[in-house]
Amino acid sequence: MRTRTIKIPTIYQKYTGYRARLLLENGKIFDGIGFGYPTRATGEVVFNTGMVGYTESLTDPSYHGQLLCMTYPLIGNYGVPSFDIKDEYGLPKYFESDKIHPRALLIHNLSEIASHWNCIKTLDQWLYEERIPGIYGIDTRELTKIIRIKGVMMGCLHVTADDEIDNLVLEKNLRSDRYEGKNFMNDVSVNKPHVFGKEEDKTIVLLDTGTKYSIIRNILKLGFRVVQLPWNTSFEDINSYSPIGVVISNGPGDPKVCNQTIDTARRLIETSTPTLGICLGNQILALAAGADTYKLKYGHRGQNKSCKEVTINQSFITSQNHGYGIEADSLKKSEFNMWFQNPDDKSVEGIIHKSKPIIAVQFHPEASPGPFDCTFVFDKFKELVLTSKTDQI
Amino acid sequence: MLSFGGQTALNCGVSLHKSEILQKYGIKVLGTPISSIEMTEDRQLFKDAMKKSDVPVLESAPAYTLEDSLKIANMIGYPVIIRVAYTLGGKGGGVAHNEYELHEIVTRGLGISLVNQVLIEKYVGNWKQIEYEVMRDNENNSVIVCNMENVLSMRVHTGDNIVVAPSQTLNNYEYHMLRSAALKAVKYCGIVGECNIQFGLDPKSNDYCAIEINARLSRSSALASKATGYPLAYMAAKIGLGYSLDELINKVTKITTACFEPSLDYVVLKMPRWDFKKFEMVNRKIGTTMKSVGEIMAIGRNFEEVLQKAIRMSEIGKYGLVSNNNDITTDKDDKRTRDIESIEQALIYPDDNIIFDVVDAFGAGLPIEKIYELSNIDPWFLKKIKNIIDIELELKNCNKFEESLVRKAKQNGFSDKQISNILEIDELKIRDLRKKFGIKPVVKQIDTLAAEWPAQTNYLYLTYGGGVDDISIEKREGFEKSSVIVLGAGPYRIGSSVEFDWGTVNMVSGLKENGVKEIAVINCNPETVSTDYDISDRLYFEEITFERVMDIYEKENPTGIITCVGGQTANNLTMKLDRNGCYILGTRSVDVDRAEDREKFGKLLDSLNIKQPPWKKFATIGEAKKFTGEVKYPVLVRPSYVLSGAAMKVVWDDEQLEKFLNEAVVVSPEHPIVISKFLQEASEVEVDGIGGNNQIMIGAIIEHVDNAGIHSGDAIMCIPPWRLNRKTIDTITEYTIKIGNALNVTGPFNIQFLVKDDEVSVIEANIRASRSMPFVSKFIGINMIEIAAKAILNKPFPKVIKDLWLKKSGFAIKVPQFSFMQLDGADIVLGVEMQSTGEVACFGHSLYDALSKAYTAAGYSLQLSGSALITAGGQRNKEKLLPLVKSIQTMGFNVMATEHTAEFLELNEFNGIQRVFKISEPERKPNIADLLFQRKINFIINIPSTSTIEKYVDMLNDEYQIRRKAVEMGIPVLTTIEASTSFVKTLEWLKQNNPTIEPINGYNNNPI
Repeated sequence: MRTRTIKIPTIYQKYTGYRARLLLENGKIFDGIGFGYPTRATGEVVFNTGMVGYTESLTDPSYHGQLLCMTYPLIGNYGVPSFDIKDEYGLPKYFESDKIHPRALLIHNLSEIASHWNCIKTLDQWLYEERIPGIYGIDTRELTKIIRIKGVMMGCLHVTADDEIDNLVLEKNLRSDRYEGKNFMNDVSVNKPHVFGKEEDKTIVLLDTGTKYSIIRNILKLGFRVVQLPWNTSFEDINSYSPIGVVISNGPGDPKVCNQTIDTARRLIETSTPTLGICLGNQILALAAGADTYKLKYGHRGQNKSCKEVTINQSFITSQNHGYGIEADSLKKSEFNMWFQNPDDKSVEGIIHKSKPIIAVQFHPEASPGPFDCTFVFDKFKELVLTSKTDQI
Repeated sequence: MLSFGGQTALNCGVSLHKSEILQKYGIKVLGTPISSIEMTEDRQLFKDAMKKSDVPVLESAPAYTLEDSLKIANMIGYPVIIRVAYTLGGKGGGVAHNEYELHEIVTRGLGISLVNQVLIEKYVGNWKQIEYEVMRDNENNSVIVCNMENVLSMRVHTGDNIVVAPSQTLNNYEYHMLRSAALKAVKYCGIVGECNIQFGLDPKSNDYCAIEINARLSRSSALASKATGYPLAYMAAKIGLGYSLDELINKVTKITTACFEPSLDYVVLKMPRWDFKKFEMVNRKIGTTMKSVGEIMAIGRNFEEVLQKAIRMSEIGKYGLVSNNNDITTDKDDKRTRDIESIEQALIYPDDNIIFDVVDAFGAGLPIEKIYELSNIDPWFLKKIKNIIDIELELKNCNKFEESLVRKAKQNGFSDKQISNILEIDELKIRDLRKKFGIKPVVKQIDTLAAEWPAQTNYLYLTYGGGVDDISIEKREGFEKSSVIVLGAGPYRIGSSVEFDWGTVNMVSGLKENGVKEIAVINCNPETVSTDYDISDRLYFEEITFERVMDIYEKENPTGIITCVGGQTANNLTMKLDRNGCYILGTRSVDVDRAEDREKFGKLLDSLNIKQPPWKKFATIGEAKKFTGEVKYPVLVRPSYVLSGAAMKVVWDDEQLEKFLNEAVVVSPEHPIVISKFLQEASEVEVDGIGGNNQIMIGAIIEHVDNAGIHSGDAIMCIPPWRLNRKTIDTITEYTIKIGNALNVTGPFNIQFLVKDDEVSVIEANIRASRSMPFVSKFIGINMIEIAAKAILNKPFPKVIKDLWLKKSGFAIKVPQFSFMQLDGADIVLGVEMQSTGEVACFGHSLYDALSKAYTAAGYSLQLSGSALITAGGQRNKEKLLPLVKSIQTMGFNVMATEHTAEFLELNEFNGIQRVFKISEPERKPNIADLLFQRKINFIINIPSTSTIEKYVDMLNDEYQIRRKAVEMGIPVLTTIEASTSFVKTLEWLKQNNPTIEPINGYNNNPI
């Protein structure tokens, strides 16, 4: 082991100490201390029970349109690393996209200090730079219990350096914005193709409905080239890249609004294209196959849930972030069987086609944040791709 | 199942396997198999296993000889860490910075390892020390129940470290990188059930390495269970029976699967409890050998809060991290104005005071970066400590009760007492003021899932980091709706250990059986049963301090509170709680005070016509000397309200008295000292009893095997008394009943007596559960605490045969267990200060039947032939030894003695005494040091001269050296005439007899 001379940077919080108030749809008010960027933000309030991984969560496009509450009370401890630290594929190692997606961050305690060998700034500074407000000093456990009991609801956060906070304005904001039924695709998807990996490798098309970098990382790790295409790319356009398989990514919102992606998925199923759906992609495949989806009361967001692989009766700890799910009974109307199940509420956590090389999972096999226990899903996909009859679609 | 009884059970299981006993009887090992245990216990096998599972390990190699170890250390490069295979608590290991240190540690390590193996390893003291608790079933479902970070880095053994859960300074990548490594390693090793894996993580890169796996439930597992609410031992047992994780249910939600990883929405901090003050000459530095005797766990919503809570929970006389001023219980060296050099040294070589040294370092103006560099404590933790110091300063500058500032202080863990010290406003006044401003803690639940699912259990903590209570307690009326709070015992420490947890738990079940509707327990010790959330209706994992108990009392609004089963900690709160409106169940606090206040107690004894050794209370040294002139030395000196002998001392002359009073204690009108005549060669007797319903039930009369002068916690105890006559027993019984009635005892009590020449006098009465009650209960087959519960609730006692304890046919012996090995430098001579850290009890058909088993259980090796080393100080001791030496020789032992003792023996017509030479004269052979290392001595009788005046001057340093080395080599050392006599007689008995092996009721089930 070599001795290093690098010091642990210790950086102090800067953008904090503002007045802040969170108003929930049910009228509940939380007063706390504002940090990050002083502004107003409205969105669906959701909670995540992960104890690490705020840089990954904050850049996860699936949180688009939401106000994210972390149930772990101490946030910001290890600061924010540089986007310049890249993995072996040239993607930022500690982030899942190039910006913060939740509209606000709701936490109990913001660390005054960032202490980690790779941090270059504090959480509050990062939020400030990305114009995202945050609130701390609130009882996040109380907030979480409200969401658990009443279900997810809209919330409006006002962080201000000088103005008085006007409840009427908060309420107006709350009423004028909706999360449900909204299509966020243009905010989270690419608008033109992006290519990763070596030219000589076989191509996997990634249909980007708000993908995390780690999905790209994991496909590259399989030894494939990745072509990332916009969410509304047609089946024919996909085919023009001669992929040997397709991945439909995670993403925000109600899957039912992604009509064009569902249409494309339907064609992928018809043509027996080796396909992997992740999270939103899982729901899109189910809808394309004739099954139904529904909105969960308060979603599954965390890194600690087990899912049972029902065919081999083995459980795996998964990383999850979803507010919608597949209606279990409706699967009967499709050619899919349940593949993974949440043992607690019996919800569908993955599906597998009865005859075709098509699989999908509701959880995040790419982890980040969260455990790496399910990367075998990618291996399974690779196996499906390589053993399916045709080299090309 | 081998993995539930700690290292002792694990080693025993491996031995049973190796000697093919398990095979012989066709016994299957459930849960983690032997092969996995061997793989994790043998350093080389472990290293190979890690390499095969693609988990990095530190450069290291095993050594079986000193020569090997030197070669390896040179190859790896100093500093190196020496780990001893198959020992517990890192026993015998250490860090060597050079060849000299290596020599010492390796020699010792090879001696105590069951397999004569040590591992020499690269030392990475500045790395982070991270632990994961893993559950794995037969089908390879595996989960991480908890990860933990050691605040004092790799430098300090995790048992002596300050530990937080979850980790605070790891990012997502590191957390899950280590998590994956843990699962890989555990899978390869084939663990079935629970284990703990420890990693080192470079604070300046992603480099890491696996340090070790404990293939068993450990101290860390207990901590992890309490930290998360996931009952590891319970689940591991189920897995051992063949269940898979996903078949099991989360015991907190009662509906979700047990195959999950708990998510915490709070932070937990474990702090060790050390008891160095009890030992003379002990090295207080903490490092790779565990030296703590207990621990506590604090739960809160930020680090500052849990750190300050933890300090209070440790019961080291502090109110928090700072503002402990104006109190005699604080260390005399607790000053902010130390010189920088001593602070820096303290940061580099930490001792039990490390966290306060950091405060001093900030006080001396050292920046965080510098403190980190010296202490290896991550800047994140340091900043949190700094926050506390800053708030103290803010309060000082403000100098009045300012609402927002006090609220901030409370959120950061300040106690009312600390605020009171800073603002110089009375503690109770602070309490009133903050309640007026609505500054109150809230009750939060531990639910394993961060509020995602509702909890069906009431595992609770209090915090100022929240706005609303998680639970509401309905108002109750009438006995049918009665509710009781039972105070637990706090950290295990010398003088208060599992016996008081036994008391707490049995009180809870006793109350339940007698119809109490709801019971709340307050305790903060993660090693206990009372802090299992299914023992009581509501468990408050909280400080046992006046402030916190009042907070809970106000929320609970109970029928009453019980303070008599949690040992001294709970007992000491009785008066204050009573005065502040708590209803104390059990003996009234005025009566408790009449027993504890020496003057009141003395008057009471006089009125009952019961003797006690002459004593007096003093506020000046002059008066004290006058008194000692009257009663003659030796005398026993102590302050009132003692905790297990702390600061007690036997004094033999004026010079020693002055020295002690001037240097070791404060003598003033507010803090008077009590001096009593110390009776030599008296037997000490104890009675455990229960009072209530106008009657006194005597559990048993217990006699010490040692003469008075050995703390009752360190003495070998015997039921029934082995040398008292019937008349004396009757007198003791009569006195017990008189005192019990006079004090209106309602509940448990214990009285200590001295018997000399058939004359009985009283030492003291404790109106609470005693250390020996579990022992007595086991012997008489009646649970005394359950009877105490009846007494407290005014229910009739069950019919018990009079003098039941005397009618049992068998003998019960309790032998203390010491941890001198772990305490570098500690002398093992016993005295009025309690030093033992545990105890064993054994039963037999005769005194020696029971004694022989008890010695073996306490770890003495009872060899029936070989050599005995005998040395004694003082003419009188030497004379008393003569018959013993005779017996030893008759048994066929070779007797070794040092010059003076040998000379004396020869003068008294002993032949064949082998002369051996002192450790301080290494050039003279045969030398004791060599003989010890070569294991040529089987036991040692080493009796220091009665007077301890010159205990540590050079001439006696040699005796100390002998005792110390023997402890390190695991050789029995007997330091009193009585202990030696009983030991030798036991050997004689063993020559002719075999100890019996029967279930406990074979010894106690048949009243004559």
